[in-house]
Amino acid sequence: MTDSVVIIGAGQAGGQTALSLRQNGFEGTITLIGDEPYVPYERPPLSKSYLAGDVAEERMFMRPAAFYAEKHIVLMPRTTVARIDRAAKKVRLAGGTQLPYTELVLATGGRVRKMTCPGADLPGVHYLRNIDDVLGFRDRITAGLKLVIVGGGYIGLEVAAVAIKRGCRVTVLEMLPLVLNRVVAPEMSHFYTDVHRTAGVDLRTSTGVTAFEGDGKVERVRFGDAVIDADLVIVGIGIIPNVELAADAGLAVDNGIMVDECTRTADPDIFAAGDCSNHFNAIVGARLRLESVPNALAQGKAAALAILGRPEPVVEVPWFWSDQYDLKLQMTGLSRPGDQIIIRGSMAERKFSACYLREGVFVACQSVNMAKDFIQSKKLIADRATPDPAKLADPAIALRDL
Amino acid sequence: MKIVVTLPDDAVHDLTVQAGGSLMDAMRKAGLPVRAECGGAMACATCHVVVDEAWIAKTGRAGDEESDLLDMSDYRSGNSRLSCQIRLTDSLDGLKVTLQLDAFEG
Repeated sequence: MTDSVVIIGAGQAGGQTALSLRQNGFEGTITLIGDEPYVPYERPPLSKSYLAGDVAEERMFMRPAAFYAEKHIVLMPRTTVARIDRAAKKVRLAGGTQLPYTELVLATGGRVRKMTCPGADLPGVHYLRNIDDVLGFRDRITAGLKLVIVGGGYIGLEVAAVAIKRGCRVTVLEMLPLVLNRVVAPEMSHFYTDVHRTAGVDLRTSTGVTAFEGDGKVERVRFGDAVIDADLVIVGIGIIPNVELAADAGLAVDNGIMVDECTRTADPDIFAAGDCSNHFNAIVGARLRLESVPNALAQGKAAALAILGRPEPVVEVPWFWSDQYDLKLQMTGLSRPGDQIIIRGSMAERKFSACYLREGVFVACQSVNMAKDFIQSKKLIADRATPDPAKLADPAIALRDL
Repeated sequence: MKIVVTLPDDAVHDLTVQAGGSLMDAMRKAGLPVRAECGGAMACATCHVVVDEAWIAKTGRAGDEESDLLDMSDYRSGNSRLSCQIRLTDSLDGLKVTLQLDAFEG
């Protein structure tokens, strides 16, 4: 049988796998299965420029629809997979159709974590993960709307920034004492809290939602004894990796589908890439699951190369970005509580970086409007540099010169 | 309008594109193997092109922030630009650029 790669999941990891297979000379069949009606597209603009109405869907497509036909990549949109039969090497679709594969790539991504409190299923309570989610509420983001955002992570804060510009009355409710708690130092968290409050956002921390209330649609949000009015609620409290197909097929799963550094699972013919995968990162020195575009693309490419018999481990410094107001936050590496934090530049002038040292080793950098630090920090992290903290604190000294 | 893109493998692509968008968008829409990882958010340097000498006056050179991102590239030259930051106006009809290896989806 000729090589036939089936890719489950048509997000950026799945899309990249298909593109990289063809780009690197794969001549077999490629089938890309996705449950959305679109060709693979970039998700980051969903909570930024796409929400603001500044870009069209086509602008987010990794490649135009015609490209896939030209490259003989079979797209199966609006399609759900029911199960994987590893013994027979077949994928069974929800409709019963069976697709044989020689290699299978799981690029199943994640789904939004949902609220479970009373009223969580009221109309007007929305989530944000894909284009159709945004189309479900984007037209309502207009002046005077009482918008309540649940969750002070990137999605919540990016949506807040867009909505406040549109003249909405925006409240952000974060359960933990700090926003962006999972990823940044308290200094950075306080900075972003101040920025949002100055812009007019009613940002409340240590505030856990206990119920959504309303007659036929959401009208109020309750947290303990307090209640506020809401015309629309957008929830951004993280994602859950889609690992069920893998687990049901007997593949190892532990906060993601377990793969090696070339994205291969314990089954030599099955790979996993992107948000759904749990892999060892040699630079970080730990197993992890990353929710990031660069990782989705790097692992998609790695899966393609492994299928082609030219496996190359993914060795990448994790990086991320978030645009809010006029602030370009660009992050490299992974910080954690207990790291020594050194601030370079001026928070007051909104141009600074937070650098993180762990036992003297440069492990992470989070830059606000400091692209130079962002780009140069990657090398320091990869090299496990041990810069002099006093010099590191001096923004006049470039990171590359440390 | 027309643009001419040379890839790192020396393949030359004559493209007919719409004015208005960015050069990166136009290349991607034409199906060229450009990485463009951040999709034009100016958060990376994976849409790096070198502008032909005859056109650099019209496109202009990289701005400060763009220049900072390009600085770490092994393929940096005086005419380096991020293609997401070049807006295709009618005055750029005939533009010639070379996609750099760090922007090439090999």
